[in-house]
Amino acid sequence: MDAIESDLVIIGGGGAGLRAAIAAAESDPGLSIALVSKVVPMRSHTVAAEGGAAGVIHPDDTLDKHFEDTVSGGDWLCEQDVVEYFIGQCTRELTQLEHWGCPWSRQDDGNINVRYFGGMKSPRTWFAADKTGFHILHTLFQASLKYPSIRRFDEFFCTDLLVEDGRVQGVLAFNIATGESVLLRCKAVILATGGASRVFGQNTNAGIVTGEGMGMAYAQGVPLRDMEFVQWHPTALPGSGILITEGARGEGGILLNKDGYRYLQDYGMGPLDPWPRPRAMELGPRDRVSQAFWHEDQAGRTVNTPNGSAVHLDLRHLGEKKIMERLPMIRELALTFAATDPVDSPIPVRPAVHYTMGGVPCDANGATPLQGLFAAGECASVGIHGANRLGSNSLAELLVFGRAAGESAARLARESTTAPANLEAQANEAEARHLKMLDTTEGERVAAIRAEMHDIMESGVGIVRDAERMGQACERLSALRERYRRGVKLDDRGRCFNTEWLTAIELGHTLQVAEAMAHSALARKESRGAHLRQDGFDKRDDENFLCHSMAWHQGDGPPRIDHAPVTITRSSPRERIYGRDSQPEQPAREE
Amino acid sequence: MSQTRTIVIECLRFHPETDEAPYYQSYEVPFTEEMSVLEGLQYIKDHLDGTLTFRWSCRMAICGSCGCMVNDEPVLSCQTFLRDYHPARIRVEPLAHFPILRDLAIDQTDFLAKLESVHPYLIPSTGDDPGDQPRHQTPDQVQDYLGYAQCINCLLCYAACPQYGLNDAFTGPAALALLHRYNADSRDAGKDQRMEVINAEEGVWGCTLVGECSEVCPKHVDPARAINQNKIASTQDYFLRFLKPRGRR
Ligand SMILES: Cc1cc2nc3c(=O)[nH]c(=O)nc-3n(C[C@H](O)[C@H](O)[C@H](O)COP(=O)(O)OP(=O)(O)OC[C@H]3O[C@@H](n4cnc5c(N)ncnc54)[C@H](O)[C@@H]3O)c2cc1C
Ligand code: SF4
Ligand code: FES
Repeated sequence: MDAIESDLVIIGGGGAGLRAAIAAAESDPGLSIALVSKVVPMRSHTVAAEGGAAGVIHPDDTLDKHFEDTVSGGDWLCEQDVVEYFIGQCTRELTQLEHWGCPWSRQDDGNINVRYFGGMKSPRTWFAADKTGFHILHTLFQASLKYPSIRRFDEFFCTDLLVEDGRVQGVLAFNIATGESVLLRCKAVILATGGASRVFGQNTNAGIVTGEGMGMAYAQGVPLRDMEFVQWHPTALPGSGILITEGARGEGGILLNKDGYRYLQDYGMGPLDPWPRPRAMELGPRDRVSQAFWHEDQAGRTVNTPNGSAVHLDLRHLGEKKIMERLPMIRELALTFAATDPVDSPIPVRPAVHYTMGGVPCDANGATPLQGLFAAGECASVGIHGANRLGSNSLAELLVFGRAAGESAARLARESTTAPANLEAQANEAEARHLKMLDTTEGERVAAIRAEMHDIMESGVGIVRDAERMGQACERLSALRERYRRGVKLDDRGRCFNTEWLTAIELGHTLQVAEAMAHSALARKESRGAHLRQDGFDKRDDENFLCHSMAWHQGDGPPRIDHAPVTITRSSPRERIYGRDSQPEQPAREE
Repeated sequence: MSQTRTIVIECLRFHPETDEAPYYQSYEVPFTEEMSVLEGLQYIKDHLDGTLTFRWSCRMAICGSCGCMVNDEPVLSCQTFLRDYHPARIRVEPLAHFPILRDLAIDQTDFLAKLESVHPYLIPSTGDDPGDQPRHQTPDQVQDYLGYAQCINCLLCYAACPQYGLNDAFTGPAALALLHRYNADSRDAGKDQRMEVINAEEGVWGCTLVGECSEVCPKHVDPARAINQNKIASTQDYFLRFLKPRGRR
């Protein structure tokens, strides 16, 4: 097996991985940095983010408001000290991107323009039309080309973290084109592998968002934190799951049930007037808006489409000019994938899984409980999203904590004096395990196991949950993992560009992440944020559950779940109020 | 559910470990009204033949992974729909003009090297220090380059470009459009560094103005226009060089 030595290995070339790589390169140009990604970096899922990134810059906005919106939006499960650091860094990072050339949308006078997103007291979302993630990712990727110390391993698939003497000292990866393995030795690893939404079927995420980064850390004994908190985005196209950004509502779009009625007023987000106003109606938080859909659907007030029930997102009153200026991609997506022109007719939408609030726990420097391992971006649980992420906080998170992790990992790598461990035996063992899959002649197809996983998660760990269905999901997942272990039948036995094989390896990790989600959900006997129960635990219970869930890997068996305290500094839990009692200091403005 | 029909998808197959030459293989694929060519390929991979190899990720025309030739046209397979070909069969091949790694997956390393060669990042002038403030840029100034910043690196334009087909030393449409994106940005002062790429024989002068690149671009980047503008810039630069030799400006 080839071995390649670097100071720092970054797994993931999305927004978090690229920002970390640049930060590490800038903080110490002498450091060798390996940036490893299973797709060429600009194809990472960050490219699909539409709406924008949060940073206080509007004259009406303050850091305190950003803090409050984030912590109350997260239903008080945020690490408040980390949120404090975060909100203080967002604007600086978005400005840094401006300096690197990001085409932020501007006001007429040339200043940065911002818009409202759900759950915000003031407009705070920097945007680049409705392709913010695309522009951020390409800007970062292109900027990263300036740094000769960043060596890219494009289309290398990582399968295992290699731990010796209690420290991560290497990564096993396969070159996808050839199928050859490579041992990447290093002094520190940053995980920036993105979320795990593809654990579910109805999904806004790209096909590569399969959570194996979390799986790799989990397998090494790092707990996964708050995995039950899965965000459903309220407005995705039925069937494909393609996202229609919250920015569409930020610009004034409204949600209607089959009777043309703005049903959110019945779910604690009204009254209607004055409209638009922040943190009310269509600008409520995502958990509440998705949950309201579920109730409308139960009550038979949704419209039927060939791909299931939906409600209408109406943008017609914005007019063609504004739609073309602010939401051009949304118009194109609706035309291409839903045969609907939002200028003339409402877009049918329904909730789909969108974001993984939980992940690998780490501090504000990205340091995880495992020595030498850092995490940043959606795969991490740094503590800013709590039980429900606010839209726009994630793109900002990639930058703020990508940089923090890059700088801290660089520091650790620079200061590390331990002699390199002998990792060959471990790497060979892991490689043999993966190669063995190529010889399996019995078993089920990847697609069959994956479809079953989707069904389990959709039916058992959905928007609204109860003990019975979650319990069934846990049992079915454990049986499914057993079936996976018995064998995945591959048609493809070659090594070169064998995506069937790599998908099978990936699925092994994804199944375990699914299990961590289901068990964490079952153990949380309350409702909070995106975790809504309907079996007598339909209220928040701060006495027993103002705490993080921790899922611990237990080999082939189901995870062990325990709980850990949450850091509260200056905002004690209150009732989360949107709509009526959330009057703005001044009404939301059009521009 | 929408009605299911059947279409024949004929795919180019090539495995470098076992095949001496590419060949075609046909699959019968059930499809519904909204199914894309990509979903057709996924159906094949999931249910009929796990060896069929292709790239994809976002399935919403933004990551640039899924380019391929469908009936000889370079397209994004995720936003090309089977209904538009039925009842005829369709033929899916890897993007033209690139070496094949396997089946529909091409080798993109040549393009990535070209992208790097154009200094695709903001190069501010030496005196320009915005400190911790964003620079100003009016909406009109943004418009000057925004169109060229829409490139998703899908490579359809390279597959369409006859010049690149003849001589792959040509820097090519997307990389030159990206070069122009930064040159046209009011915050940038890196034109001179990029001029060498433009002036080189493989730079803008490699282009013979066929314009196919702009025709096939799914993001309306209009590389042909970017190249043309740089031909003008390159001509001016050529004459200017006689007047004020480089380095003595
Ligand atoms: C459609 C959509 C729209 C969104 N819009 C917004 C928005 O407007 N505002 C906002 O704040 N957030 C938004 N989000 C959320 C946000 O985009 C994501 O949380 C964020 O982009 C994740 O970035 P990341 O860098 O953590 O991971 P990603 O961008 O997903 O990158 C992960 C990287 O890890 C690599 N990787 C993964 N596994 C492996 C492996 N095994 N081996 C090697 N490499 C691996 C991948 O190749 C990739 O490079 C949106 C999300 C979606 C789905
Ligand atoms: S210019 Fe257009 S066709 Fe060429 S790579 Fe970019 S997006 Fe694709
Ligand atoms: S799959 Fe991303 S562009 Fe088609």
